[in-house]
Amino acid sequence: MTLYADLHVTRDAFRLDLELTVEPGEVVALLGPNGAGKSTAIRAIAGLLPITEGRIRLGDDLWDAPPRVFRSADRRPIGVVFQDYLLFDHLSALENVAFGLRARGTHKRTARAEAARWLETVGLSEYARTRPRSLSGGQAQRVALVRALATSPDLLLLDEPLAALDASTTLHVRAELGQHLKRYNGRTLLVTHDPLDAMVLADRLVIVEDGQIVQEGAPTEIARRPRTEYVAQLVGLNLYRGTADSNIVALDGGGTVTIASPSQGAVCVAFPPSAVSLYPERPTGTPRNTWPMQVAGVEQHAHTVRVRLTPHNAPAPATLLADITTAAVADLHLAPGQLLHATLKATEIQTYPA
Amino acid sequence: MFRRTVAVALAAVAASTLVSCGDDTPAASGTTSLSGTVNVFAAASLTGTFTRLGKDFEAAHPGVKVVFNFAGSSALAQQINQGAPADVFASAAPKNMDQVTGKGTATTFAKNKLEIAVPKGNPGKVTGLKDFADPNRKIALCAEQVPCGAAAKKVFEAAHLTPQPDSLEQDVKAALTKVTLGEVDAALVYKTDVLAAKDKIEGIDFPEATQAINDYPIATLTDAKNPATAKAFVDYVLSPEAKTVLTKAGFETP
Amino acid sequence: MRGRRERVQGRLPLVLLLPALLGLAFLLVPLAGLLAQAPWATLPSRLFSADVGQALRLSLLCASAATVICLLLGVPLAWLLARAELPGRGLIRALVTVPLVLPPVVGGVALLLVLGRRGLIGERLDLWFGFSLPFTTAAVIVAEAFVAMPFLVISVEGALRAADPRYEEAAATLGAGRWLTFRRVTLPSIAPGIVAGAVLCWARALGEFGATITFAGNLPGRTTTMPLAVYLALETDPDVAVVLSVVLLAVSVVVLACLRERWISGLR
Repeated sequence: MTLYADLHVTRDAFRLDLELTVEPGEVVALLGPNGAGKSTAIRAIAGLLPITEGRIRLGDDLWDAPPRVFRSADRRPIGVVFQDYLLFDHLSALENVAFGLRARGTHKRTARAEAARWLETVGLSEYARTRPRSLSGGQAQRVALVRALATSPDLLLLDEPLAALDASTTLHVRAELGQHLKRYNGRTLLVTHDPLDAMVLADRLVIVEDGQIVQEGAPTEIARRPRTEYVAQLVGLNLYRGTADSNIVALDGGGTVTIASPSQGAVCVAFPPSAVSLYPERPTGTPRNTWPMQVAGVEQHAHTVRVRLTPHNAPAPATLLADITTAAVADLHLAPGQLLHATLKATEIQTYPA
Repeated sequence: MFRRTVAVALAAVAASTLVSCGDDTPAASGTTSLSGTVNVFAAASLTGTFTRLGKDFEAAHPGVKVVFNFAGSSALAQQINQGAPADVFASAAPKNMDQVTGKGTATTFAKNKLEIAVPKGNPGKVTGLKDFADPNRKIALCAEQVPCGAAAKKVFEAAHLTPQPDSLEQDVKAALTKVTLGEVDAALVYKTDVLAAKDKIEGIDFPEATQAINDYPIATLTDAKNPATAKAFVDYVLSPEAKTVLTKAGFETP
Repeated sequence: MRGRRERVQGRLPLVLLLPALLGLAFLLVPLAGLLAQAPWATLPSRLFSADVGQALRLSLLCASAATVICLLLGVPLAWLLARAELPGRGLIRALVTVPLVLPPVVGGVALLLVLGRRGLIGERLDLWFGFSLPFTTAAVIVAEAFVAMPFLVISVEGALRAADPRYEEAAATLGAGRWLTFRRVTLPSIAPGIVAGAVLCWARALGEFGATITFAGNLPGRTTTMPLAVYLALETDPDVAVVLSVVLLAVSVVVLACLRERWISGLR
């Protein structure tokens, strides 16, 4: 049984149009910037918000089909992990996990035994009687996860499940969450604004901007071939659209790029910032892809420095990102406004139909 | 302790009166030269008649203003003892007057007696005082602590009856309200109250009422700021013109 | 050095402290006056007179019963005001607070007009069941509940508005229906507001005078609560009135303090 959601929600000036499917065992990540409509989508699927048009169904089971059918959240076989978990503070961790079972009619003793087993799977047996506010962020996240899983839902919804954690615990919790999701054989829909979460946890990414899907596919595919500025930024690539004629692509924003493998027609051109090198003087007798650029900004990343460049008095790719070493920064005496020459290796360029 | 506080408070009021109003002393004699404000503290049951008398008095003496404070007699007595600025006190019971002036300095200007009040149409078929001893009837009396309740007690003792009240009201108006709304079949209230509300209730006279005639004393207070005008007002209340007004309202006059 | 500076910062600004202390004095000095006037020597003998015990018992009983009624009716009403999409909700909220501004005596008359022997509903009750509410202990409870309910409703509504409705959504996604969610999630989360409202409500009911004496009348053992006894005592013997007031004061302070203590310790 596939979850099929054709969502259309209109709210004031905002409009969400989204078509999604999630197969059993599949983890789909809804990735997009804040305000893209991800939360609206998850709320609609959870039954916390009726859709304006369209339908949501699991197999043949209709959940929402305005104007006739609307099944409220408590009657959908779902589990939700909320961004800030929303654990009930007046209940212990165990009672939180048992809550869903109790609500769905399981006898108290059975529900508690079941909840204890779930806590064990996330290594929190000794915290069974602890109140949520005394748990660490990572522990609370795990309680929230097993609370959602305890009712064996057909659909698991995760709303920014790692956003409330501090950086040091995120890595560990993310890996753990990945393992739990692998073991879970229902459908998982994950909403996140963090590309790393999406890449690591999801089988398939759906990228949303302004309430519309802009790209959809496997993480590797999206990481290599972004289609919008936003996705390119997420995966850290330079992306341009242009028209290819054999080995030359005329960019829409001005300038040309020479590519290694010939192509024709409308294409996307993508390359990592590390493929760009910077020189104080125009390098002699070498690559075709050389442009005079001006430094617009410098930003320290983990082990590299990312330089943002804009064209200077010549057609060139607009807003070019280059990653160089700290040593190179010192050699170049980099400062905003400085004039440089940027070169790009043709072999590192990805070209694909737009 | 209580008494001493009262004394101190009174002294303070007297002192402030002397300081602030020393040069404001009204002319000693002659009705035409009366002036200023006279503060009259009067029992609630006098509201109608005294308002009327005050207007007449003001008309007869231009420049004089009569300001009333109507409330339960015991409340008024307490207010005066706590230093409230009163020139004249008209009480519904000699006891409350005594609390303020000491015994025997006041003059009785009116008498009131009890009457049975029943809702219009007399739904409880009340005929006399004996019906107050019937537990099946809804009966309201005044609490013994207030004058109308004390009077009722005397009446029942005289009639050798044990009343079966459903409520002991805190004042005569509250008892009257219960009758007006039809919540009780009968209540014992003053004749003047029955007369004042005669479009909503009916009154039934009973012979034992003479056993508890309620005297209304009036007196000028020793701390009066405006003794001349105060005395003139008291004299007016005791005059034949005032008697007519009082009699019309249901009071008997001495 | 640092310790001293922290202490200085932790202190209240003088601008607040002065009016705060004045406010405290304003509330406490009249009570102190009452205590100073109390005839302590004769207090025990007066205290254990049957009348005082009877009035006190009746007061506690009626105030508690009124609080229970307010809880049963007021919490759902507060929920309605806080959560339901009602047309004219502002007006309804204003109407709910009417008993706060209405002189209690008028409230009592209003109750008589509805529930009295000739009242809109009371007439039917009398006709069909031969039951008449005024002048009964039940009438005291009704009068007190009428006057005290707004305190509960306002307090609980405030708590409901402050409560995060997303917890209710979380409960729904776990399969809890509305009623279960209300009982197991909403109610516990607003418990402090309910307790605060119930305490206010109880205190108001305990001190209720005007509506009670108007609607329920005054009959020792049946409808004479402490405030009524105090009022009538004031007519004849102010000393007795002071004694009664002190008793009422002491009992309410003890009950409120215990309630608060127990509730706070229960939360930990």
